[in-house]
Amino acid sequence: MNVHLILFLAFGAVCVAGAVNLLAQRHPINGALSLIAVMAALAGEYLLLGAEFVAAVQVIVYAGAIMVLFVFTIMLLNAGVEERTKGSRVAILFGIPGLLLGGILLGWVVLRHSGTEAVAAGALPGDPNTIGQLLFHEFLLPFEITSVLILIAIMGAVVLASKPPSAPARRVED
Amino acid sequence: MTHFLFPAQLVQAIPQGADYIRILPELVLSAFGIVVMVLDPLVNEEKSQKLLGYIGLGGAVAGLLATWYMAQYPGLAFWNMVKADGFSVFFHVLVIGIAAVISLSSFEYMAVQRIRAGEYYALILFGAVGMCLMSSAVELVLIFIALEISSISTYILAGFRRNEASSSESSLKYFLLGSFATAFFLYGVALMFGATGSTNIDVISQKLQTGPVELLVYAAMALMFVGLGFKVAAAPFHVWTPDVYEGAPAPIVGFMSTAPKAAAFAVLLRVVFTINAPGRVGLLWVAAALSMTLGNVGALVQTNVKRLLAYSSIAHAGYLLMAFAVTSSDDSVSGISAAMFYTAAYAAMNVGAFAVVSHFANAGERYVSLEDYEGLGRSSPLLAAMLTIFLLSLIGIPMTAGFFAKFYVFSAAIKAHLIWLTLIGVVNSAVGAYYYLRIIVVMYMREARKEVPVAPIPLGLGVALAVSMVATLYLGILPNRVLQYAQQSAEELLPSSLQSLK
Repeated sequence: MNVHLILFLAFGAVCVAGAVNLLAQRHPINGALSLIAVMAALAGEYLLLGAEFVAAVQVIVYAGAIMVLFVFTIMLLNAGVEERTKGSRVAILFGIPGLLLGGILLGWVVLRHSGTEAVAAGALPGDPNTIGQLLFHEFLLPFEITSVLILIAIMGAVVLASKPPSAPARRVED
Repeated sequence: MTHFLFPAQLVQAIPQGADYIRILPELVLSAFGIVVMVLDPLVNEEKSQKLLGYIGLGGAVAGLLATWYMAQYPGLAFWNMVKADGFSVFFHVLVIGIAAVISLSSFEYMAVQRIRAGEYYALILFGAVGMCLMSSAVELVLIFIALEISSISTYILAGFRRNEASSSESSLKYFLLGSFATAFFLYGVALMFGATGSTNIDVISQKLQTGPVELLVYAAMALMFVGLGFKVAAAPFHVWTPDVYEGAPAPIVGFMSTAPKAAAFAVLLRVVFTINAPGRVGLLWVAAALSMTLGNVGALVQTNVKRLLAYSSIAHAGYLLMAFAVTSSDDSVSGISAAMFYTAAYAAMNVGAFAVVSHFANAGERYVSLEDYEGLGRSSPLLAAMLTIFLLSLIGIPMTAGFFAKFYVFSAAIKAHLIWLTLIGVVNSAVGAYYYLRIIVVMYMREARKEVPVAPIPLGLGVALAVSMVATLYLGILPNRVLQYAQQSAEELLPSSLQSLK
């Protein structure tokens, strides 16, 4: 087994575990946090595929911006008081040592490879240039048609969330 | 910058005029949809009902004209994304025609039910954009986006009866299950990309004919079939149908039991026959037999007319799927053309039947149970006669569209030596006759036990009914022209290597 396969399986396992946990959690914030794990693990998978740009976008847009929106929505919907469970003690017992250990490991790896040259921009197949070419040339039509999709999604929100008319239906009762 | 002209490389990267003509119907429909949305808040609400409806109708008519114009310029557009061919023109006309008739039959319904019209007509037009694109797309990514446009607009339309809990249930159920099904389709697309390295149907077709067929391709086809099977309400992915059809507004049931189904069948035809999907016969055989049987048996015990027609819709998806189980290239042409004819015939008769149901349902869709139809033959003879013809067509009586639709499908199946499947189909048609006839019997042979008011037929609905009626009878008496057109476009659809085998 090479490193690539091990990493693929590891990210995949985190992704699936996060998704299952998302379904199992009752508290919305816990669900949102599990979703972040799923998104981050997916970003790792994209990186393994050589799609560096998509991986970065995944982290910035999904794990970043969209998750913040999620959390804000949960906050506005009044999610209730956070419960302290045994899970939080486990997090302290294992989380802090784990974080320290991970940090030390990462620092060690970075120091050891400090002389290595970085991957040149555009060396991988998924660089922004290629994506731009694909998105605005070959896949221009699907890209533009997505605007219709978003438009009807907005209309759906307007229609289904607006207040229903209270007036009773009219016509023939004779 | 020293020169102001585009370099040659850039000119190639800009869509040309012909590219736009090949998606002209979609552009026209979107433009009219946007006009409806923009006008909605500007006009007075009482007036807006009619005005926006007319604009929606005008959009559909303009879309039909644009389709005629598109048909003069066949070919690929937007770097092999969409293909304007006879096949896509056929489904464009069908889908936009359905949208037009549904808009017509909604005028009165919307006023009676007191539903705000604005987004309604816009959503029908945008939904039609997605469905048209589904029929012309030759790229699985585009098909996915078009499928989502078509699905999401129907999810929303199903929930338009805001005062009824059943309508919200219908919308939510359809949305949750539908998104699940679309995810299956997307997974299938991803696996197909993994197996062949492309998402373009033509490229996939070439790869599979020259190279070895991996196990992954079978999995991809199966998953894509799950997604599309849900959209066409084929068993075993049909469970949502009765509940969703029961709660949704009646004209919209007429819409979503025909137009998105036709589009999903178009995708299925293009994918299955262009790719010449390996190992499809068993899968489609089982799905066809199950859909026919479960649909017809389910319909036998229904007392709500909308639910009854929902089960009948499952059964008809089953008859249609029979045409997909053919394999050799000669049979393929008859299979594809039979399936295309069937979608058109089913659309004509089902839209008509639901137009009658929506008129008869009255405020709050109060009268939709079978016993409300008692004595309709006497109290409203014209409406009853029309419904009778649509129901006879759904049975498959000669002189109606349903007869030739079933005839072509069954003969395609017999030609492909699918004797058992044909037998199941014939037995099911006989079973189906029972519950359609039951409605006719109730209308003509029972005394009305309670007072059910029926308003006179308004103009819009009258035109809609007339169009459906003419289409049903035309396809039932003079089916040749439509069938020949379907056969021609079916031959175009098959990959060239298969054509040369003949």
